[in-house]
This record gives sequence, C-alpha cells and structure tokens, in this order.
Amino acid sequence: MKVRTEYKSITSISGPLVLIERVHEVKYEELVEFVLQDGSTRRGKVLEVHEDKALVQVFEGTTGLDVENTAGVFKGRGIELSLSPDIQGRVFDGLGFPKDDGPPVIPKIRKDINGAPINPFARDYPNEFIQTGISTIDGLNTLVRGQKLPIFSGSGLPHNEMAAQIARQANVLGSQEEFAVVFGAMGITYEESEFFIQDFRRTGALDRAVLFMNLADDPVVERIATPRTALTAAEYLAFDLGKQVLVILTDMTNYCEALRQVSAARKEIPGRRGYPGYLYTDLATVYERAGRIKDKKGSITMIPILTMPEDDKTHPIPDLTGYITEGQMILSRPLYRKGVNPPVDVQQSLSRLKDKGIGEGKTREDHADLFNQLFAAYTRGKEAAELAVILGEAALSELDQKYLKFSEYFEDQYISQKFDDDRDIEYTLNLGWELLSVFPRVELRRVRDEFLDKYFEKNKAEEKAV
Amino acid sequence: MKQGVISKVAGPLVIAEKMHGSKMYDVVKVGELKLMGEIIELKQDRASIQVYEDTAGIGVGEPVYPTYQPLSVELGPGLLQTIYDGTQRPLDRIKEMTGDTITRGIDVPPLDREKKWEFKPVASPGDQVDPGDVLGTVQETTLVLHKIMVPPGVKGKVKKVEQGSFTIEQTIAILETDQGNKEINMIQKWPVRQGRPYVKQLMPSEPLITGQRVIDTLFPVAKGGTACIPGPFGSGKTVVQHQLAKWSDAQIVVYIGCGERGNEMTDVLMEFPELTDPRSGEPLMMRTVLIANTSNMPVAAREASVYTGITIAEYFRDMGYSVALMADSTSRWAEAMREISGRLEEMPGDEGYPAYLSSRIASFYERAGRTICLGKDRREGALTAIGAVSPPGGDLSDPVVQSTLRVVKVFWSLEDKLAYQRHFPAISWLRSYSLYNRALEDYFNEEIADDFVKLKNQAIRILEEEDELQEIVRLVGLDALSPPDRLTMEIARSIRQDFLYQNAFHEIDTFASIQKQYKLLSLIIHLHEMCKWGLERKISIQDMFNIDAIERISRARYLTEDKIDQIDQIKDEIDQQIKALYEAKTTRGGSK
Repeated sequence: MKVRTEYKSITSISGPLVLIERVHEVKYEELVEFVLQDGSTRRGKVLEVHEDKALVQVFEGTTGLDVENTAGVFKGRGIELSLSPDIQGRVFDGLGFPKDDGPPVIPKIRKDINGAPINPFARDYPNEFIQTGISTIDGLNTLVRGQKLPIFSGSGLPHNEMAAQIARQANVLGSQEEFAVVFGAMGITYEESEFFIQDFRRTGALDRAVLFMNLADDPVVERIATPRTALTAAEYLAFDLGKQVLVILTDMTNYCEALRQVSAARKEIPGRRGYPGYLYTDLATVYERAGRIKDKKGSITMIPILTMPEDDKTHPIPDLTGYITEGQMILSRPLYRKGVNPPVDVQQSLSRLKDKGIGEGKTREDHADLFNQLFAAYTRGKEAAELAVILGEAALSELDQKYLKFSEYFEDQYISQKFDDDRDIEYTLNLGWELLSVFPRVELRRVRDEFLDKYFEKNKAEEKAV
Repeated sequence: MKQGVISKVAGPLVIAEKMHGSKMYDVVKVGELKLMGEIIELKQDRASIQVYEDTAGIGVGEPVYPTYQPLSVELGPGLLQTIYDGTQRPLDRIKEMTGDTITRGIDVPPLDREKKWEFKPVASPGDQVDPGDVLGTVQETTLVLHKIMVPPGVKGKVKKVEQGSFTIEQTIAILETDQGNKEINMIQKWPVRQGRPYVKQLMPSEPLITGQRVIDTLFPVAKGGTACIPGPFGSGKTVVQHQLAKWSDAQIVVYIGCGERGNEMTDVLMEFPELTDPRSGEPLMMRTVLIANTSNMPVAAREASVYTGITIAEYFRDMGYSVALMADSTSRWAEAMREISGRLEEMPGDEGYPAYLSSRIASFYERAGRTICLGKDRREGALTAIGAVSPPGGDLSDPVVQSTLRVVKVFWSLEDKLAYQRHFPAISWLRSYSLYNRALEDYFNEEIADDFVKLKNQAIRILEEEDELQEIVRLVGLDALSPPDRLTMEIARSIRQDFLYQNAFHEIDTFASIQKQYKLLSLIIHLHEMCKWGLERKISIQDMFNIDAIERISRARYLTEDKIDQIDQIKDEIDQQIKALYEAKTTRGGSK
C-alpha cells in the first residue's frame, strides 16, 4: 500500500472549513483524516483543490483543531460505508460508525456514500401498491414501491407519529417479502429519536431497522453525510440483499441548513433565502436514490420529513423538494386544531404515482373514479363551508348543504384515524362509498356508470334498509 | 499528443493550464478518467471547463486532452426510439456495458455502428445536388421514413449511388465536388450550439392538434410555434408535457427530460411503446427520441441536453417533417447555467442567474419555426418548441418565466388552486393566452366548422363573466343573482367540468379529436341558448338543470371517437326536454 503523507501545513481554519497548503495529488471529494494533538481523529471531505491548496470540510466540527499541530492525511478515496447483513438492528452515527454498544461492522463490502446515479433506462417503474393502513394515503394519495413521498409538516404537528405509523403498518398486498426500515435522523432531538426507537422496539420493527442518528447536539456538518450514509445502507439492503426498504429521513430542513452553513463559510453567492444555488441538485442526489431497478427484487421507498418554516410551502426547502419528489403529504395546522388527526391536508397533498398503483388487480377497479369523486365533493364542500361562514348555513342551497355535511363527515371519519388503526384498502374504499351515499346519483359525474351500478347502488340500498 | 494540466477542481468546474490552441466551446477529455467537458472560458492559455460527468476523484496535475472539436451530435438512422443522456450517449447501451448505474468516462457512439439499414436511392448518377437534397431513404421505423440528405456545405454531381443494406458508416454515395470526390455515408455531425441552416422561415398557419381540449380550442399552439407551461410543483406540468408528447399530431417528437425525475423518464420509456398513435395505429415510440438528464445526473450535462435535443429536432425538420420538442423543465437548464456561472465567479443578475440568461432562452426558442428546408424540392418543415418552467413557489415573477414569456407566443398558466380542486389540466382559462389565435382563425373556421371561433369566443366570455359573478356570490350568495346570471354560472360550470376538465388517465377522455372538441363545446353552448329560451318563458333554472339530458352532457366526453355523432342527438334531447317543461308549465297554468 502506498504510504500516505501527513500534511502539517494547515494555514487557516474557519467554521467547518480547513485550508491545507503545499499538498500533492489531492483529489476532489477525497476523504481526509485529521489527527489532533491529543491523538483523536476527525474526518473531512475535499471541497475544492486549487494548485497546491485543498479546501476541506470537516464533518465532526473544527473544535480542537489548530494550525500548528494538527495533521491531515488524504486517504485516496471517497467516504465509504462498511456494510454487511448484520447492520440490521444496529444504531450508527451520521457517518456510519456504531453508536450503540455493539462491535464494529465487519464489512462484507464497502461502498462510497455518494452512490452513482441510476441509469434511467435501468429503472423499473414503481407501480406496486403499498398499503399503509392510513386512509388518506391508501385511498387518496396512494404510495407505491420505489416512490419518494415526503411529509411537509410544521413545528408541533404530528409528523413523527404519522411516519412511525407508516413504518409499522406498511406492507404489500398478498406478499411475503422481506421488509426493512432505514432511518436517518438529522438534527432531531433526543426525545424525537427516542420516540421512533421506542416505537420500533415496541412493534418488533427494530430488528429489521438500521438507524443513522445525528441528533441536535451532534456535529452539524455530519448531517450532510447522514442521508447519504443511510441511503447507501438502503441500497445495499435493497439491491444487494433484495429487501423492500422504507427509508425515513427526518428532518430535511436541518440538512439544508447544514448545507447553507457550509456554503456561507465558503462565501458562495447565495440563492434564495441564503441557501446555495445548487440546493436543488444537491437534494436531487439524495431523493433520486429511491426507486426500483429492472430485474432486481428489492426497492427503496423514501419518506423524507421536513418542517416548513412558518408553514410556508413556497420556502425553498419544501419548494425544491416538491419539484423532485413524486408528490407530497401536507399536514395542516387548521385541521389539527379542529382535532382532525392525522391532519392531512387532502386538497394540497398529492401522490404522483398513485394512478399506476391502483385499479383492478392492485387495489380495486373503482378506486380511481372514487377518489376523483371524493376530491371533487370535498372541494365543493369546503367551498360551501366558506360561503356558510359569510352567509350562514341556511343561505346555502339544499345541495350545497349536503356537500357541507359531507365534508364534515369526511374529515371526521375518513381523514381522522387513530394512531394504531390499521385500515385495509377494502375498508378505506367502502368508507368512501358510504360517505358518498348522501348524494343523488347524478351528482357523481366522475364515476363510470358501471361502478355506480355496482358500488353506489349497493350502499344506497343498505342505507335505505337501515 | 498535446495536453493541458488541471490546476483547480471545484464541483463541475475544472480549470486547466497549457490549453493553448483550444477554442471556446471545444470538447475536452478531463483527467485520467477522460471525463467529457466543454471549454466555457479562455484566459490566455488557461481554460475553464464545465465537466459533464461527476468530478469526484479528479485532482490537480491530471491531464486534459483537447479534441479541438465543438460539442456535436451525430445525426442519422438509429436516433428514433433511443434514449440518450444530455450529451447524446445512448443510455440503453451504457446499461449493457456498465450495469444499473452510470459509470464515468465511458465513450459510446450515439448511433449503432453495426446495424444495417435498407437504403433506397432517390438521386441518380449525374444529378447535380446541393445541401439538403435527398440522396436516398431508409425506413427507420414503421412511422418514419428517414431521408438521407446531402450535408450542409457539400455540393456536386452524383457519381455513384448505392442500393441495399448498409451500416451508417458505409459509403452510400460518391459526389464529384470542386474538392474532388467525396464519399457520403449516413452520419452527419453538427455542433449543438449552432442552428442548422434552412432557406427561409414562414409564418405559422396551422395548429398543432394535441387532443387536449383546453389547449386546442382555447389556447392553440401553431405548428412551428413556441409555448411555455409555467406552474408550481404538483400543478401537472409533466402530465401536460407527456400528453402533448403522446397525442400531438407531429410526425416526430423529441422529449427532453432536463433535470427532472428519473421515474418520469421510465414512465415514458415503459408507456410509449404500449400506446398507439390514434392516427396511424403504430406505437408512439416509433416517432420519439428521448433525452434524459435526470436531476441526479451531472449538472453541466443538463445545460447541454436542451441543445442536443433541439439539434436532433432540427435535423428531422430538415427532412420536411413536423417536429414537436418538449423540454421539461427549462428552469433546471437555467439553474445549471446559474451554477456554472457562480463557479466562474461571474457577476450575477436577477436571483443569481447570469446576465445572459434571457438571451440564451430567446435564442433557444428562436430555433423553432416553420421553414422552407434546404433542398431542391423546397419541402416545408416545422419545429414546435414547448418548454415547461418550474418557478420557485409558482411565482411568475421568476426571471426564467419572465425571460421565457418575452419570446414565446403561447402561455399555458398552470394554477395550483385548480390542481387542488383536481381540475386537470390545471391550465387557467383566465390567465393563459395564445398569440396564434388570429393566425389560426381561418384554419379552424375552414377546416373544422364555420362557427368554431364564434363558439370559442362565447365560451371565453361566459368564463370571464363567471369570474366577475364569483365576486358577487362570495359577498351576497348565489341566490342574490338574477336568473340570467345564475344561468351564466351554471353554463360556466358545465364548460369547466364537461369540457375543460380532461382526465389524462381515462382511456377515452385522454384524447379528444378536434371534431369531438367542437361538438362538445357546441353542445354546451346549445344548452345555453335553450336555457335562455326557457328563461324567457319563465321556466326555473333548477328545473332545466334537472332534465335527463344534463347527465348525458356530463358523460359525452367519454364517448369514443366513432360515436361522437351521438353528441348531436343530445342537442335534440335538450330541445325536447326543455320544450316539454314549457308545455307542462303552460298546460298547468291553463288548468288553473
């Protein structure tokens, strides 16, 4: 093996950045190991090489580094993660080193955490329905295997509960496939991370989970590596071991802030709200690692969670995320205040891939028409509700009053759901028909006649019988 | 071989010294891995290079190999049905070579060198030929006859022309030129940043029929025209683009996925071979070229992808075809420019975009048009360019949107408000416009129906009135409106729900021929006329909107194309049923 030179030529340290001079043969994105005077080590990554100078970003923070005694060693490779089937059930830090009391991972294989882009030609289209047991997802914003569907939330909203519920209940109809959960935590608090760990432990999901924890008091820059480490583990589980992997990343807002911090330290020209101009590209290299590959058994389904600053959907983080991911689940504060839980804003939420994952043989033939009709009716109900605020309920036409009632029932029975209520898809679909039965048939314009005959008339008849 | 030396690596930007002799926009091979790059700035012998592949692992001191060639595409048989990355590397062959992920530094020819094509000569020995003249043809797919043309800049007398099976590299004709004999094969190379030549440009006069009602009827785009689709995420830009790629009556479709989702390209790849062209019955893939530079692929190649796409589109236009190009999304292209510009430390303009943003956008769209192509037969080609724009937060004051609106003639404004109501396509009927309306009037009135434009204007007026009335309703309620105004509201609702709303995922509703569109609109306007007749006779709106024909109107869009004559029958039903209401009313009134 080639002997690696130790450079003691650090000339400046500022924020998370270290400048080393008089270096030779340094590569862009190369891993650097710093040895401090007390013998402890830190890791970093080369951000820029210019002639004999290398600019290095230090993951674990620069506290304790000095210009005189700290030595940097360039490792000649990028940052890699050690992988083996034993990683399941373990807890790691953001760079992939054990954080529980377990032994270090004996690597079967080592992979660069940056991965390589999947050839679009090699991708297989996500079209297999995942039943999450949550009506607002299964019925209206269906999640499919290989999809990336973020939860846009706000501080104080129950996004963690929702993510935990999905992780616990998710399964593919009628299959005996192996599931795994990869959990990447970026800058969340101990309590939040404990909530997930406890919930995974309680339901036995911990054995099939791999956790990468960068908590609020862990080094900020390490957060930039955390989702990549988590996804590298997910890719290994999915494409090497053939498992169906669900990746939960929380909180992407903290991740973006870490990026902004490094960008500011490099004095780059900022884009919107101080975030770097390459935020879109950077987020894409994280999110686009979800998917399926032709002729491979496994898949990566991703649920990133982000808290929207001031619940503002046009903030760069949710905005750019929405442009990359295949839809979004938006949690609504007004609904939460009304006591609707999970407070999914059905109108603003969207799963772009739902049309491929539903219908005959996947969920049920009437699914597409039914959700179109439910949306239309709920929207009209909400409009009626707005009018009722101004004019009073009595001023609404008889039909609009029906719509208003419908929207209330809909929020109360369809959207609202207990934390441990696992509804199967049949139940969710039938519930939709039940709620629609308050309308005359002619109002249901978005449903094909054959389905009205089959499902609507049945419900009407039952209603009459009652 | 002469080579430069890398002195700096910062993301996709590499700076190399000792690059004497290289020109701007020359392609170079960077580092030991020979990554593809393009020179974007020269200072003495120092070159700034944007690299089309990930630069991780590249270091100072590594070599840079100049090619002294500008970034070019290969044009010839084999383009159709292929999926390329932003620099025209075939992704299907890359997968064969390197597996599921894209490895760096691989050099694959864009066109298949092995495949033999059946070449049929058109020109004969002794013919004097100029650039653009057709030497012969190759049936590339069942849908497309590929014309092998004399390349730009070459002219002479045909000495020999072959017939039979040839690969694209084999000589198919020999020309006697001023510079001696020239062998011609089926490949042309063309630099992407330069438009291909044509004789002259013409004014667009024919609509591109897309099968989308709100587009064809209200805001049509002309063949050879330009259009843009701005909208926030979730408003359905990509679905609209896919619909256009599927159902437009163009002969060739070039679809550029620029910095968008990988799964969307997979969707196109899986779906297009399954879908059949409603006009020819052949798979849609037969006329399609795909360029995929997804968001996680290197950023600089994203910048190149739109140029690669439009050059391929121009090549097919030169054969005399009507070509439609979709770019989804031009914002990602602009962002790629911004990122490179930032790394070059150029002075930024609006929102950090480079000052040359709008001139780049304008010159891109200007490559669209209806043209007389090179060649003796003076054939006519058209290149329609349709770009999606993804402004941050859906804010239309975004520099990319504004620069685009200054050049394009059609604006389809997607609104998230409509998308939340699940009104698709979420194209706002109040904010969108088409500047081709006047130019296309004659076509619609002569080719479709003489009252087409009249009906359309009526529909637009009703929708505008609805918008004004909405204000009043919000304040005082629907009941405060006069009966004619309530009728306007009801008819507007019908136009929105039964005409403008179109379900892209419904097997029949996804495409509506222009005849069907006309009949549907005519039906709704007829209902309006009949209801006005009824109102004059004091029949209540509620009664009129309870007749059975109303439900048939709402289902008329699900009629298959061979049954659209039934739409006219619904008109008769409306007449009968409203007249019956009147009769019932008069007899009841008489008996009192």
